[in-house]
Amino acid sequence: MEVEDLESQQVDKMETITKVPTAPKSAEDPRYKLIAENIVASYNGIQAVKGVNMKFRERAVTALIGPSGCGKTTFLRCLNRMHELSKNAQVTGKVLLDGQDLYSNKEDAIIHRRKIGMVFQKPNPFPTMSIYDNVAAGLKLNGVKDRKIVDQIVQGCLEMASLWNEVKNDLKKPGMSLSGGQQQRLCIARALAIQPEVLLMDEPASALDPIATQKIEEMINELKKEYTIIIVTHNMQQAVRVSDYTGFMYLGDLVEFGETKQIFENPRNEITAKYVQGQFG
Amino acid sequence: MITIEQRAEFRKHFRNNISSRQAMDKIVKGIVFGCVALAIIPLGSILLEVVRQGAPALSTDFLTQEPGAIGSDQPGGIGPAIQGTLMLIGMSSLVGVPVGVLGGIFLSEYGNNRYGNTIRFFNDVLAEFPTIVIGLFAFIAIVLTFGSFSIIAGTFALSIIMLPIITRTTEESLKLVPVTYREAGYALGIKRWTVITRILLTSAKSGLVTGIMLSVARIAGETAPLIFTILGSDNFFMAFDQPMDALPLRIWRLSLLPYDSATMQGWGAALVLILIVLTLNIGVRYLFLRKRGGGRFRITAGG
Repeated sequence: MEVEDLESQQVDKMETITKVPTAPKSAEDPRYKLIAENIVASYNGIQAVKGVNMKFRERAVTALIGPSGCGKTTFLRCLNRMHELSKNAQVTGKVLLDGQDLYSNKEDAIIHRRKIGMVFQKPNPFPTMSIYDNVAAGLKLNGVKDRKIVDQIVQGCLEMASLWNEVKNDLKKPGMSLSGGQQQRLCIARALAIQPEVLLMDEPASALDPIATQKIEEMINELKKEYTIIIVTHNMQQAVRVSDYTGFMYLGDLVEFGETKQIFENPRNEITAKYVQGQFG
Repeated sequence: MITIEQRAEFRKHFRNNISSRQAMDKIVKGIVFGCVALAIIPLGSILLEVVRQGAPALSTDFLTQEPGAIGSDQPGGIGPAIQGTLMLIGMSSLVGVPVGVLGGIFLSEYGNNRYGNTIRFFNDVLAEFPTIVIGLFAFIAIVLTFGSFSIIAGTFALSIIMLPIITRTTEESLKLVPVTYREAGYALGIKRWTVITRILLTSAKSGLVTGIMLSVARIAGETAPLIFTILGSDNFFMAFDQPMDALPLRIWRLSLLPYDSATMQGWGAALVLILIVLTLNIGVRYLFLRKRGGGRFRITAGG
């Protein structure tokens, strides 16, 4: 053990992170990347999220399900301080990223958002930018100037979003010229480019056809080796397919939260059972 | 629930008068085209008349020479007026465009409060203000204070005229940028100011350029405020605190003269003014709004 430790100190830092797991993955000692404590979010004084506590495990996919208007998207937007950008929106509570409270300091919202990437429901590539510039936007506009690094990241992220092969010859074309499914993967590549640690996805496949959806789900499975992913979805089969943990929200409350298998096969709460069986929604 | 009987009843209420609807469609179409023609006829006839009367006056001397003695064989040219108009447009834009665009950014991005509403209101009032009053204001504020008619006073007046137009169009075109682009920017951890300048302004570019060109066209044709500020002159630019000539002023003066040569020169000057505004408009649009390669506007590092 000691010899190994010495050796690992000699290799550079990036390698230590990728090769040696920082914490053992055992049931007794789970590592939580993101912890939401007592999140209350409201629009115009009407509460959309009513005191949700949730812990998100590192390198796992957590799905948020629930009927329309149950507050799952609002809750997701609280996790990277996007909710407060809406007009007349208020948030209280804590969001701890690696133990650091995102809400403790107003100025830090920008830095936090760089660690927490977000993919929106509707693909929203920047309309005036090319495919390349869309992926590079988060880099260039955050001060990355080295062209080689930018090129490397753009290619890498497009590959991760499994879009590279489709666009590698058209990088100069407008991002808007792609199909809906490609645009969404472009947005995922853009979110990955800023090297986040957490990825928030707000119904990323709701506007896509089954093939594009499948591509995105395969990608999520690949990405979770590295990222902590939180995905809001209306599609319960999708939650079963991609997530390790599932939280069921109803009327602004987190009704039940557990392993996906347990939530869908053996829900403890009556409303959860009704919802996952498709009795309402 | 709606019963089958009810549904049948509801259907009876829809009108099935296809032929009269098509006729109505044609009538409305006709009215619309008629209105367009009505708007184009005066525009076309003005342009035609200006070209017809003004074109014979054009010559190298006319464009470059100082005006000659009134009513003499050598009427000279309108060189100083062209120079003055170009300088006034340039200098006023130098002041009016940055201030106007920043004002528009303020109103759109930070102005959703009482301050914003107050400024918006006064901005709109200023846009409706008679320009001769603005000229008088510049006369009192600059000409009387510094003791001479000058291009500075003209710039002062014209930039005040430009300002509300640019502010308003900038605000409106920024507001048209969908909120999803802002959110995408913020979600990437980009600073608010960078999101505004690099994402929102580029998306709103065409609206912005249109607003700026509208205001340029507006000030290029202003005459009243210039009487109070730059006065007019027969000489090329001498100093920033000296009177200056400009095309609208020159046109106005020439039109008052009882000589045929002066009238012809006036038409020529009008044609030159129209050409300047047209060229600027097309040139700026080409420079800023053309599509380059595949991606429309490349972004560069920094900012």
